[in-house]
Amino acid sequence: MKKNSKLSGFYLGLIFVLMYLPIAVVIVFSFNESKLPVRFTGFSLKWYQQLFSDSAMIEALGNSLFLGVVSCLVSAVIGTLGAVGLSRIHWKTKGALEYISILPLMIPEIILGMVMMAFFYMLNLPFGMLTLLIGHTVFCVPYILMEVKARLAGMDPSLEEAARDLGAGPFRAFWDIILPLIMPAVMSGSLLAFAMSMDDVVISIFINGPRLSTLPIKVYTQIKTGVTPEVNALCTIMLAVTILILLIYTAIGKITGRNQKNN
Amino acid sequence: MKKKKSGAVWMILPLYIFTIIFVAGPLLYMVALSFAQPKAGHGVEWIFTLENYKKILDPVYMQTFTGSFKLALTSTLFICLIGYPFGYFMAKLSDKWKKRAMIFLMLPFWVNSLIRLYGWMIILQTKGLLNHALKSLGLIDKPLRILYSYPAIVIGMTYVLLPFMILSVYSSAEKLDWSLVEAARDLGAKPFKAFWTVSFKLTLPGLLSGVILTFVPSMGLFFIADILGGNKIVLVGSLIQEQMTRGSNWPFAAALAVVLMILTTLMIMLYRKITNAKELEGVG
Amino acid sequence: MADTCLELKNIRKSFSKDETVLKEISLSIGKGEFITLLGSSGCGKTTTLRIIAGLEMPDSGQVFLDGRDVTALPPEARDVNTVFQNYALFPHMTVADNIGYGLKLRKVPKAEIKKRVSQMLELVQLPGYEKRKPSELSGGQRQRVAIARSLINNPKVLLLDEPLGALDLQLRRIMQLELKKLQKKLGITFIYITHDQEEAINMSDRIAVMNHGTFEQIGSPDEIYNHPKTSYVATFVGNANILKGKAEELEGDKVRVSLAGGSVLAAADGNTPAKAAPVTLAVRSENIVLDESCQRGLLAEVVEKSFAGGLLRVVLKLTDGTEVIASRYGIDASVQPGQNVTCFFEPENAVLVDVEKESGAES
Repeated sequence: MKKNSKLSGFYLGLIFVLMYLPIAVVIVFSFNESKLPVRFTGFSLKWYQQLFSDSAMIEALGNSLFLGVVSCLVSAVIGTLGAVGLSRIHWKTKGALEYISILPLMIPEIILGMVMMAFFYMLNLPFGMLTLLIGHTVFCVPYILMEVKARLAGMDPSLEEAARDLGAGPFRAFWDIILPLIMPAVMSGSLLAFAMSMDDVVISIFINGPRLSTLPIKVYTQIKTGVTPEVNALCTIMLAVTILILLIYTAIGKITGRNQKNN
Repeated sequence: MKKKKSGAVWMILPLYIFTIIFVAGPLLYMVALSFAQPKAGHGVEWIFTLENYKKILDPVYMQTFTGSFKLALTSTLFICLIGYPFGYFMAKLSDKWKKRAMIFLMLPFWVNSLIRLYGWMIILQTKGLLNHALKSLGLIDKPLRILYSYPAIVIGMTYVLLPFMILSVYSSAEKLDWSLVEAARDLGAKPFKAFWTVSFKLTLPGLLSGVILTFVPSMGLFFIADILGGNKIVLVGSLIQEQMTRGSNWPFAAALAVVLMILTTLMIMLYRKITNAKELEGVG
Repeated sequence: MADTCLELKNIRKSFSKDETVLKEISLSIGKGEFITLLGSSGCGKTTTLRIIAGLEMPDSGQVFLDGRDVTALPPEARDVNTVFQNYALFPHMTVADNIGYGLKLRKVPKAEIKKRVSQMLELVQLPGYEKRKPSELSGGQRQRVAIARSLINNPKVLLLDEPLGALDLQLRRIMQLELKKLQKKLGITFIYITHDQEEAINMSDRIAVMNHGTFEQIGSPDEIYNHPKTSYVATFVGNANILKGKAEELEGDKVRVSLAGGSVLAAADGNTPAKAAPVTLAVRSENIVLDESCQRGLLAEVVEKSFAGGLLRVVLKLTDGTEVIASRYGIDASVQPGQNVTCFFEPENAVLVDVEKESGAES
């Protein structure tokens, strides 16, 4: 038995190493002196300097951040209100609506990207930030919707009734009781959606228009056209940001977990 | 509580409107488009035709479909071979190590998939780490050309989709009652026989749902083939993208998407069925 | 009952077509009364409470509060407050914020709220607990906070939905006494829901026994316990044995009833059943006496004998198969399973029940 567990431990370790290898390689070579990611010739921060002086890259970053934040905010409002609303009505179309609204998570991204491109073209919408915002909101809403829905399902319905009973109108009860209690779910759903928005290439590339670039698109084209160590530096920064987001996410998760216990 | 109801209606209204216009709308438009005739430029002639679907049956395009299918199958096979033991072993860890393994598993999941693929590019390139290592070990004389080849795409697909398989197998192996395996051993089954007749059978639903979770997206992840395959291998995803941009044949792209969508939906339905069966098993 | 505080008139409620939860119930409750709705789960008691609170709308019928029709008013507009079964304390607020929430909604100045909250905490014997979160309280403490929160608005009626259900037996006994004391002190009308007959008898001025969406009987604990009107009330509240027989003749204020294995005398209680009319008797188990010499009463066979909670419990089977349970304090019966005995009871301990139902069935 002992031999077995050693063997399986070795296997798990090996696969984990393979999983982290490409990430480690990217980080290491971002500090490489040489332009070619072949041999480590010396420590240098010059690719970071170069990256920060690359105005196109900075602009792409700005676009991505703006896009992520705005589409998350819009999605948070639509998704949260929608989840709360859905928990209260019993229409026949409810199931269908719920299904369609989480559909963007289930169909291949490429389809989502192409249909939106065709659809926006038909509507004569100018391709650019507006179309990107709509497109990202489409796939951000389901994350928030599902998180909030799960949170609501675990919530005691008599909490709201208690507020009404004590003299709060429907709006006040929502504001004082429901909203603070689902806030962690809204936050964690939004963070997840934000991460997805910052990660998306497939959908964005169809609807970004000729002039506008997001950070993932920029990285994608750079990787495709040729290897530049600048991308390594960028990747390392993106990695750091992702880990930061992840830490915030788990922190929120912990708070949520604690609150859940309180119920 | 009439008031509460009307409040709820206002709350779901944005979701309703948004979903119908920007999710259902484009998808329905795609279906309509797939039956229209292409015109020069991005133009579309609204005349009903089945030509776009017939065109898919053209050997050139059929090849793309079968090629994508083969690639998806190959990748899924590798994912199964690597992911199943991983998920199974992980479920056997102590609670403390389970938690740690889970964190380690999820972390790369969160890192931009482009970054991770780029890392593989660095490793796989002709003058890259892999060849360097193999050479210094004396296993090869000439560097292997792995990047921009079929194996590179398979590696990329396997790498990106592996966590889905692991999580799926893990969640079903975690629920496994290990005393059943012990009972089988106790009754005289050899270790492998005990695994095959008890553990494997009971974790099969997890494996199957993992297969679907990885097979469906691998049909559409065109950028992996693009980055690691260097445009040499055309997949359905790449074909759709090409038809939307350079080819300018939107109705054909729509027909391709509809077919892909139908395949996906079938897969998801199958998945639902399997997970339902899994739940039933849990009850019994 | 000088003034009526709350009145329910012909309340009907159903959640689906085939299932009526409340069938035209009416009830009037006096000022300062402690009334308990008693019944098993699914009898409609919680729905009744929710209709009074305004959390549910009746299909038909009216609710009057102090003579004013409040049927259409939302919960926030009613001078009624509820203590929820699971307390429903707001987990993200402190004890003080929970209790003061009702006052905050009424825009009472902050200093005033603070004063009233600490008074309320004093009242429920939790002084100094303002800063705690609900998660840091024990079940009994949460209960007190929930009560304080609903009392701070000075409601005309306080509704309590099985408030002690989640507490252990010992704590429940203490809280019963405290709640009763509190109610006496404040003079507020309490409508209390429980499925525990002991709790109902201990605390209430009146008990309304509910079954299948109707009131089986409304009366004082003494009436409910000693003079049940229906076999449901007799069994649910008093754990009584139900004996079915035929009326023979009136003997003064008693009536002779023939049963399987003999005939017995029962208190007529003003009823005059016709000769040979079917009657149902309810006799509580502690009033059944065994006679091993088989001289007096109904012939029966001992089926089972057990001892629990200081009570000896003997299960008997009458000659027609009816099961009768006799229970006595102490182990004074030497009967053994399989033995034939007779059992009897004093006429005043046998109550005629289901009189209306049976006379209705006859006509």
